[in-house]
Amino acid sequence: MNQIPLTPKLRDARVTLAHGGGGKAMRDLIEAVFTSQFEPDGNEDQARLEVPEVLLSGGQLAFTTDSYVIHPIEFPGGDIGKIAVCGTVNDLVVGGAHPLWLSASFILEEGTEIALLQRVVGSMCEAAADAGVRIVTGDTKVVERGSADKIFITTSGVGAIPSDTHLAAANVSPGDVAIVNGVLGDHGAAILTARGDLALSSDIKSDCQPLQRLMEAVKKAAPGIRCARDATRGGLASALNEIADASGVSITIDESVLPLRKEVKGVCEILGLDPLYLANEGTLVLFVPPEQADDAVAAMRDTPEGKGAVVIGTAGSGIPGRVDMTTVFGGSRIVDMLVGEQLPRIC
Amino acid sequence: MCLGIPGQIRSISDYERKLALVEVSGVNREINIACIMPEDGDADSLIDTWTLVHVGFAMSRIDEKEAALTLELLTELGEVQAEIDAMRAAESAMEQAT
Amino acid sequence: MKYADEFRDPVKARGVLAQIEEAIDEIGATADAPVYIMEVCGGHTHAIFRYGLDKLVPEGLEFIHGPGCPVCVLPMARVDECVELAERSDVIFTTFGDAMRVPGTRKSLLQAKADGADVRMVYSPLDALEIARRNPNKEVVFFALGFETTTPSSALCIQQASQEDLSNFSVFCNHITVPPPIKALLDDPHMKLDGFVGPGHVSMVIGIEPYQFIARDYGKPIVVAGFEPLDLLQSVLMVLEQIRSGRAEVENQYSRVVPDDGNPVSIAACENVYEPREKFEWRGLGEIDHSGLKIREEYKRFDAESKFRIGYGKASRIVPEPEGCSCSDVMTGKIKPPQCAQFGKGCTPEMPLGALMVSTEGACAAYYHYGGARPELEPAQ
Repeated sequence: MNQIPLTPKLRDARVTLAHGGGGKAMRDLIEAVFTSQFEPDGNEDQARLEVPEVLLSGGQLAFTTDSYVIHPIEFPGGDIGKIAVCGTVNDLVVGGAHPLWLSASFILEEGTEIALLQRVVGSMCEAAADAGVRIVTGDTKVVERGSADKIFITTSGVGAIPSDTHLAAANVSPGDVAIVNGVLGDHGAAILTARGDLALSSDIKSDCQPLQRLMEAVKKAAPGIRCARDATRGGLASALNEIADASGVSITIDESVLPLRKEVKGVCEILGLDPLYLANEGTLVLFVPPEQADDAVAAMRDTPEGKGAVVIGTAGSGIPGRVDMTTVFGGSRIVDMLVGEQLPRIC
Repeated sequence: MCLGIPGQIRSISDYERKLALVEVSGVNREINIACIMPEDGDADSLIDTWTLVHVGFAMSRIDEKEAALTLELLTELGEVQAEIDAMRAAESAMEQAT
Repeated sequence: MKYADEFRDPVKARGVLAQIEEAIDEIGATADAPVYIMEVCGGHTHAIFRYGLDKLVPEGLEFIHGPGCPVCVLPMARVDECVELAERSDVIFTTFGDAMRVPGTRKSLLQAKADGADVRMVYSPLDALEIARRNPNKEVVFFALGFETTTPSSALCIQQASQEDLSNFSVFCNHITVPPPIKALLDDPHMKLDGFVGPGHVSMVIGIEPYQFIARDYGKPIVVAGFEPLDLLQSVLMVLEQIRSGRAEVENQYSRVVPDDGNPVSIAACENVYEPREKFEWRGLGEIDHSGLKIREEYKRFDAESKFRIGYGKASRIVPEPEGCSCSDVMTGKIKPPQCAQFGKGCTPEMPLGALMVSTEGACAAYYHYGGARPELEPAQ
């Protein structure tokens, strides 16, 4: 990664309102931190991009946007920049798209360390390279101290869906098999412990990673793939409920096969949280026709992001929209949508 | 009422304030051990022992013998039942054969 | 996880479940005339639904969900006082997570936080003490709720604060005790109860003696239970065996954690710091004698009720239960949550009407969340 060292003047400096003012200070900041790392093509107000062949031959344009306001800015396993890129890329790939270009807009709080900003931008470049996308345009604004939490990032992402790819949450039929690519809840647990107010310490890192390689592999091995959803806010439970609702199927999963790191189990047990609702930033759930399930799992396990791929359940023709789980104990409980935020309990 | 989880004491972090580091499945937290301090005040003797943790306090030592006894009883119940099930299966197989 | 996973083994469950079925048969209980066993504790209610135990046990056994959820029985007036305290600019209000969502007449603590109050969630009262040490210019109040399990932790913190001579730390004490509401339920002539599964973690503090009155004066068996599914099933079996042989005793299934005499250090700390109130209000149950604790005179400077002139008995308003709320009927076992007219309609976890829907341990919330009883999800008749 070509991170050009900051000049001493910038390295020890903090963002000021002048940096958002449009004048020389802003140009210096953009040059030192953004342009040097993102390396945009030209100097215009817009990125000019060639339409890829896929779109010219009947494919669809995929277009997504997201804002990232995570706190703390840096945490074990990543930072707000890495999440911004991976999150946007993943929103594209779960729809079956090849991810192409991202935009990145920054709202910076007055007083933020420029060195922190440079690290975040550096993470974005690394993540973009890993995901095979380019960050082609962006913007920077500075707001007064207290009006933002250091760095807010808004991204948009553009991708191309080939004409023969039709993934949708409404596609799932009874009998289809649900597969996840790895352990659940790492990101949510990492953030909880990183926040410090619960005074828990562990080795848990966010699972933040781009999933384009994984999706390409599955689409090839299991061309009948119905849909994929990344299990971000609200965790696996929310993704499954959305799919069950959209498709009008019931879904049953098996608690005893859900992959969980023992430390994440530990955090959940101590705080009384349910790992099904913890956020993930590199874990998805997808549905394939039953006869393609084995091939899908094998293909996923061949990718770095899918080593822990495992079948977790099936869709059925029970009450539409209902998700339930066979517990480790053999009983059964429903897996509801999350209400509000999960709070640690004493009871 | 009360969310309590077994944890293992790893080290004593503050002898005066009676604080120790406990580990629950790879996650660590500082907890108060006043409730489980042995009568001779030897906090070090608690290292590696198991305790029930609730809101940052060690509330009770886990009695390993009692735990084993409880599990044994539960296992026996399972074994007795397995025998009964096996007998029943044998009986019905015989009935079907005749 | 040691001492947890082994007690979640489904293979061992089969044996216990079979024995439970046999016992129910011998007692002659059926779906129309079941054995009623109350699990007192909210944590047990949660475990029953989380592991699907209600669907595993035979139809001749019915669980009655007791009032042992300290968040659920918190009166709205107390929440209002919390919010008022939190809204003071000189106060940092610290609280356990699950208390933050309980609605007051105006707002919950979570809403107060959104509106700018300095409300901080803590896992332990120790963390509240640390916040007090680090913020000498602010008044730090810790919202102490919970049964006897949690009482020693706040008592020990008050003692610690006293030793350190902290001048900016106080506790808003809303601790309650378990035996009085059990007695109130047993005195209710409409209650159908054949036995109890007793609160395991309360008992690790108070021991098993305080429950003798249940067996001795009311002739009902009570088995103190652990929180893993095998613990619950084994305890249910032990209650059934007592019923089958006509016994009424206090038994301890959770012997790996519960000493028969409880924890001396905890008991001593509680007696040193707290004393019983004459009466205390329980949401859904009304006033119960000697069921609440308050901070003793010697620790007055750590008593938020004294410092801020709030608290039980001082509030002039009486906050009535919302119309249509049937929490007291559910808590006394007269109806099950889905039989409440508001369940899933006017009362949901997002917009809770009554106490039992507010906390995830509340019976109604547990049914809604885990049990799948949802008006709109039932197939059309």
